[in-house]
Amino acid sequence: MYKNFLKIITFLSILVSPFLYTSAYAKTKVGFVYLTTPGDHGWTYAHELGKQMVKKEFGNDVEISIVENVPEGPDATRVIRELAKQGNQIIFTTSFGYMEPTLKVAKEFPNVKFEHMTGYKRTKNVATGNIRFYEGRYVQGVVAGLMTKTNKIGYIGAYPISEVIMGINAFAQGLRSVNKKATISVIWANTWYDPVKEADAAKVHIAEGADILAQHTDSPAMLQIAEKNGALGFGQSTDMGAFAPKAQLFASVNNWGPYYIKKIKQLKDGKWNTGDGPDHWAGNTWGGLSTNMLTLSNFSNMPTDVAKKAQAAHDGIKSGKLKIFAGPLTTNDGKEIIGAGKTLDDGALWGMNYYLEGVTGKVPK
Amino acid sequence: MENLLITILLTSIPILLAGLGELVTEKSGVLNLGVEGMMLCGAVAALGSVLIFGNPYIGILFGAIAGILISTVFSFFTITLMTNQVATGLGLTIFATALTGLIGEPFVGKTAASLPKLEIIFLSDIPYLGKILFSNDILVYFAIFLIFFIHFGFQNTKIGIIIRAVGDNHDSAHSIGYSVKLVRWISTSFGGMCAGMGGAYIPLALTPHWSEGMTAGKGWIALALVVFASWMPIRLLIGALIFGGITILQFVAQARGWDVPSQFLNMLPYLATILALALISFKLRHNNYAPACLGKHFLGNK
Repeated sequence: MYKNFLKIITFLSILVSPFLYTSAYAKTKVGFVYLTTPGDHGWTYAHELGKQMVKKEFGNDVEISIVENVPEGPDATRVIRELAKQGNQIIFTTSFGYMEPTLKVAKEFPNVKFEHMTGYKRTKNVATGNIRFYEGRYVQGVVAGLMTKTNKIGYIGAYPISEVIMGINAFAQGLRSVNKKATISVIWANTWYDPVKEADAAKVHIAEGADILAQHTDSPAMLQIAEKNGALGFGQSTDMGAFAPKAQLFASVNNWGPYYIKKIKQLKDGKWNTGDGPDHWAGNTWGGLSTNMLTLSNFSNMPTDVAKKAQAAHDGIKSGKLKIFAGPLTTNDGKEIIGAGKTLDDGALWGMNYYLEGVTGKVPK
Repeated sequence: MENLLITILLTSIPILLAGLGELVTEKSGVLNLGVEGMMLCGAVAALGSVLIFGNPYIGILFGAIAGILISTVFSFFTITLMTNQVATGLGLTIFATALTGLIGEPFVGKTAASLPKLEIIFLSDIPYLGKILFSNDILVYFAIFLIFFIHFGFQNTKIGIIIRAVGDNHDSAHSIGYSVKLVRWISTSFGGMCAGMGGAYIPLALTPHWSEGMTAGKGWIALALVVFASWMPIRLLIGALIFGGITILQFVAQARGWDVPSQFLNMLPYLATILALALISFKLRHNNYAPACLGKHFLGNK
């Protein structure tokens, strides 16, 4: 009797299991790979906020797995593969350095969709998404130009790659639109996140006479040093006002949520694709102020007329009337890039290996 | 210029403190390669305690205690169990790097209060020098005090001479009745305390953050510095300032647009370390500064 009973149970469960399997799968399984622990500021925290928007939008219709603190390199390949094996249907890899690992794993799992943030290589199941960070930096340049007293701007860059260089150049364009005397000096930290180095670089900038600091690195260390020394600066990736209430002018805020939601919706509707715009270096989704993928935090620590001009620059970029890289453009050693009436296209931005007028020094080779 | 000099001085404080501690440890004949790890323990304990208690001075205390605790592990292994000092020291650093990463996880992205500056009346009003030397936080004064304390301690006090005796010839020290193991335990703990305070200085004064492995090789530089200074505290100060100077110089060169690759400048502190070690080891053959029993086990202490 028992034997038969067991057999029936086994038989039934085998019959039922495919349905169990599919009903579990009605939930979309989403994976995220984070470069660091999210903390409460900076690059990864911005992605974390995006993930929270996904959770809010889909509620129990998604099951989210996150792996934090994944170094860019072989470890990333292992982590992404593991997420794919666990049945995640769409995996967001949220740092530039995950490009090759993502592509490698994508080849092994053709049915899983991969979304590589800030990369430029795509395949059938790898899409890319990026933000026009440089648009915020133009507005920073405008504010810096109006606020500086010493006419010296200290800029801390992570690595001399086109992503960062176009930010510096956009900043310079904004700066020179209001103040032709001010110059930007750049210190390369050779790291995305190292509070000690970033603090050292900020101290040196201030000692060298800079009164406005800007950064393309992730920690709030620079702003805190500015706060201590009575200088001003801009926050990175998320609002960093809490770290430096008297020093932050505003922050460019990365808003990944809408992009994530859009792509997960596409997947649910069976309409996922690798992008909807024309192909260019940044990936085919390259959103900025106009699509709200980039927003600016509140203007603070500045007079209202400066805030008004900043707002005007913001509105101009958002509406498309203000072209940041409109000619004539000249490099800081006097070479003409384009003449009047022309504007650099997206491809040219990703080929930037020169500084525009207003920046001192040379791009390291 | 004034600001640059202050920045250089502050940057060299962690290496100076850790170096002074290691100097005392090595003088007693123990080679503790775990400086980097002890500094990390000090840094994480300091930041954590400041976040909890809100007072940066408590951070110094906890940094020092953490350094002592972790160095005790080292002492237990190398002095009591007589394991290999080099391997144990390396192991300690690797262990501490991971341990502090684990402990420090909840502190990532949190900001702690910094050590306040204490201006010494009258002295801080001296033009140029006053602002650089007499308008700093307590650990800067402590580090400078420690240089002279250790220097005179080794020259003029009985305890200092006992430590040197133990480090130079442990059999003789033992035969006239000193407890070699006890002296080494205490010296190693002192080294741990200093390294812990040096590590604590980074989040307490340089940048009010914790990030994994934030000492970024400063412990190794401190180790090399001890050899570079040929076990003399005052030379250690000079060495620390040179290393602090090079660290800051790489940023100054960029800010001023000097045409030098930043990677090359990044490399300089370590290059200087290797050069110093090479020079010293060459010199050692002719003039022996190193404690004669450095790294050797003491077997008999019954």
